[in-house]
Amino acid sequence: MNDPLIIAGKSYASRLIVGTGKYASYQQNADAARAAGAEIVTVALRRVNLSNPDEERLTDFVKPDEFTYLPNTAGCFTADEAVRTLRLAREAGGWNLVKLEVLADQKTLYPNMPETLKAAEALIADGFEVMVYCSDDPVYAKMLEEAGCCAIMPLGSLIGSGLGIMNPVNIRLIVEQSRVPVIVDAGVGTASDAAIAMELGCDGVLMNTAIAAAKDPILMASAMKHAVIAGREAYLAGRMPKKMYADPSSPLAGLI
Amino acid sequence: MTITLNGETREIQPGTTVAMLVALISGAEGRDSRGVAIERNLEIVPKSEHASTILEDGDRIEVVQFVGGG
Repeated sequence: MNDPLIIAGKSYASRLIVGTGKYASYQQNADAARAAGAEIVTVALRRVNLSNPDEERLTDFVKPDEFTYLPNTAGCFTADEAVRTLRLAREAGGWNLVKLEVLADQKTLYPNMPETLKAAEALIADGFEVMVYCSDDPVYAKMLEEAGCCAIMPLGSLIGSGLGIMNPVNIRLIVEQSRVPVIVDAGVGTASDAAIAMELGCDGVLMNTAIAAAKDPILMASAMKHAVIAGREAYLAGRMPKKMYADPSSPLAGLI
Repeated sequence: MTITLNGETREIQPGTTVAMLVALISGAEGRDSRGVAIERNLEIVPKSEHASTILEDGDRIEVVQFVGGG
């Protein structure tokens, strides 16, 4: 089935975006990203470790010519920090597609929406293509879309919590109103969560901990790949209506 | 003269360029500087200007690269 995900004019066959944090090694990370069938991986920007120049480098394992790098602003708590980080990311990598997240506090890592909107406007004015991590508030999601974000990425639940899609009604409202891709970012814990997000009509799912913190990350990555495909196909197929009472699957005529 | 490099104080020779600094911290085996970005006093120094940008006493330099992240 030819059903690409189009973000900022570029076409992707996979609807699963994976992170590159929390893995036992960059090698395991690369293996998991391949098992997930991911084409886009999120990456962070940090200071070069001056005391150990021989430290393993992400780019040697999860290679930028194999995966589309999506630089994030994880750890940024103000619009100014996020904009500064992504300008450096553009200089380091040379690409404009970025994931913006501006967080409110360490305990919840919940997005700070006024700062997120401010950063999105500054980045878009500076030529970035902004995929934006946001709350599941449809009003703010609309404001971010109107500001020019190329993908709206509401949380299913808190980052790293694995609680799944806590507010499917709001996710559905965002899906219905959006003309850019909606990608659930954060909260997925297991395969059924990813399938639920896709059955709600989301265009994709972004996850990190659900794969990295599984006992077998490679197997979970494969499970997530199938869950996203299954959820997408179920959404496109259109589910049967729910009924209060039974409806026999075998014909009643000819009963003995 | 003294600069602050990724938050640490460093002594460097006068006349050191950004390109020389990158080479210095990339290790003796000459690892390439692709995927690295340089910020000098909160302003990005584009790769095309690494060789021509001479560091000054008191400069605050950030050298960053991509790492794993969610």
